[in-house]
Amino acid sequence: MSDPMRIRLQSQAGVTTVKVLMSHEMESGQRKGDDGKIVPLWNIQDVSATLNGKVVMTAEWGGGISKNPFLQFAVKGTKPGDKISLTWRDNRGDSRTDEVIVS
Amino acid sequence: MYPTNTGSIRSTYKDAVLSIILVALVGIAKAQSGSLEGLTSTANVQKSEQSAEQSTEKAIAQYRQMLQEANPADLYVIKGESLWNSARGPKRRSLASCDLGLGPGVVKGAWAQMPRYFEDTQRVQDLESRILFCMQDIQGFNSVDLVAQDFNTPERLNISLLAVYVASESEGVPFNVPMSLPQEKEMYKIGKKLFFLRAGTHDFSCSTCHSETGRRIRLQDLPNLTTQDGAGGAYGSWPAYRISTGSIWTMQQRLSDCFRQQRFPKPIFASPATIALSVYMGFNANGSEASAPGLKR
Amino acid sequence: MNNSRRNVLKKSTAMAALLLQTLTQCERVYAYQQNAFDAKTIADLNKSLGLNLPLESSQITINTPEIAENGAVVQVAATTTLANIRRWIFVVEKNPVPLVAIFNLSEDLLPSITARAKFAQTSDFIAFAQLADGRVFYGKREVKVTLGGCGG
Repeated sequence: MSDPMRIRLQSQAGVTTVKVLMSHEMESGQRKGDDGKIVPLWNIQDVSATLNGKVVMTAEWGGGISKNPFLQFAVKGTKPGDKISLTWRDNRGDSRTDEVIVS
Repeated sequence: MYPTNTGSIRSTYKDAVLSIILVALVGIAKAQSGSLEGLTSTANVQKSEQSAEQSTEKAIAQYRQMLQEANPADLYVIKGESLWNSARGPKRRSLASCDLGLGPGVVKGAWAQMPRYFEDTQRVQDLESRILFCMQDIQGFNSVDLVAQDFNTPERLNISLLAVYVASESEGVPFNVPMSLPQEKEMYKIGKKLFFLRAGTHDFSCSTCHSETGRRIRLQDLPNLTTQDGAGGAYGSWPAYRISTGSIWTMQQRLSDCFRQQRFPKPIFASPATIALSVYMGFNANGSEASAPGLKR
Repeated sequence: MNNSRRNVLKKSTAMAALLLQTLTQCERVYAYQQNAFDAKTIADLNKSLGLNLPLESSQITINTPEIAENGAVVQVAATTTLANIRRWIFVVEKNPVPLVAIFNLSEDLLPSITARAKFAQTSDFIAFAQLADGRVFYGKREVKVTLGGCGG
């Protein structure tokens, strides 16, 4: 069961800046655990963002993205009431989608 | 038990030293503008050392500021709030009726007035000892069992989540730790005594590191906890998200780790000694705005 | 046509329609570029991603801290005045896996991305920008990584 993202929007003149914090361990696959063995890679692989259902950004991430990833991008042509949705999928098949409305 | 990763610390320390030397050299070069006498003058060397130190400080301030705008602690506050309102424990009840000092269920602003004396327990309690009490009293958890666990067990991690949520509800509120009852005053006295008590194999006390403004260890600034500014900034920023562990630490955990660094015996979780130290720091912080959840390296 | 054959036809037409609907409604399915995330050098990385002849460009602005107190979390940002950016590729040169992230931008996005990356050690951060016409430019800045002190 994945944890909710924290999404903050800032809109100005039709451009909405999206700032999102995602809850994820993002194990790099390089780290040694307390037992001396490598902790296996566990990371968000795919991220996508949609505006009113239309994909505006996708991303591919490796283990080099920090734990509890932060992402910021800006979408043009937005208006109040628009729905921005973010989805991530990790290498274990887990996923999470959260939505916010442009105010 | 204690994390040792001397190889990478050595190489990053070397990097730090090299970069400081580099910055200092640049500082010296800039300060000289070609004068040989300038190169040997003590005043100029001091000035460029200062400017090197200042530019390092500035660089680190920039690093912190970039991360402050979206503190990963916020993710844990969300979890903590959810836990607070969930029916849990043997009695399957939520903490919605927990009294943190401002009345049952009042969370907003409560932490800024803690630690404080509670009539129902007849004790001065800090954030975590009070949460622990509510977990036992309302939800039926066994607090003795919880105290005996380590910080990283599931239920102790839950206490940290609850603590960061409660503290976040006092963000921006000036500290107003009460100091009118004899029990509160006594705890302050004990806390102050403990703060200055030199003990352990290395004869450290809290005051060794934390009683003078401007002290630091390598690149880590050491707040002066005897002043309103120092205590306000430091005490007021825990619970915090620590980048090094990718987790929330509370003041109880911070104290426990300080004890370890001083080679003191491990303190009992939520014990009167640990509460007394928070009374000392919290009261010293009065007037300063709470800033938790903080963000630490 | 007898009834049973008509039924089969009806059913298979419905199935085909459903399949077509599913395919078109599916998000753009692309294979995770494992090769790129396996590349140990920037040369290999650029080859696996088809980034040919990247040129440094002053029109790309990189915003990174000069010194990272903890290499585990370093905020990195890239923006540009170049037009028609389709892809950003974020790289931390000295990491065991240099490729950190690939961002695919639609025309609805401003060409600015901020993320947080792990730096294993003092290293250059490089942001490659691929334009719609395939040309690749990059900007880079060094981040010094240090972990000093006792607490915090």
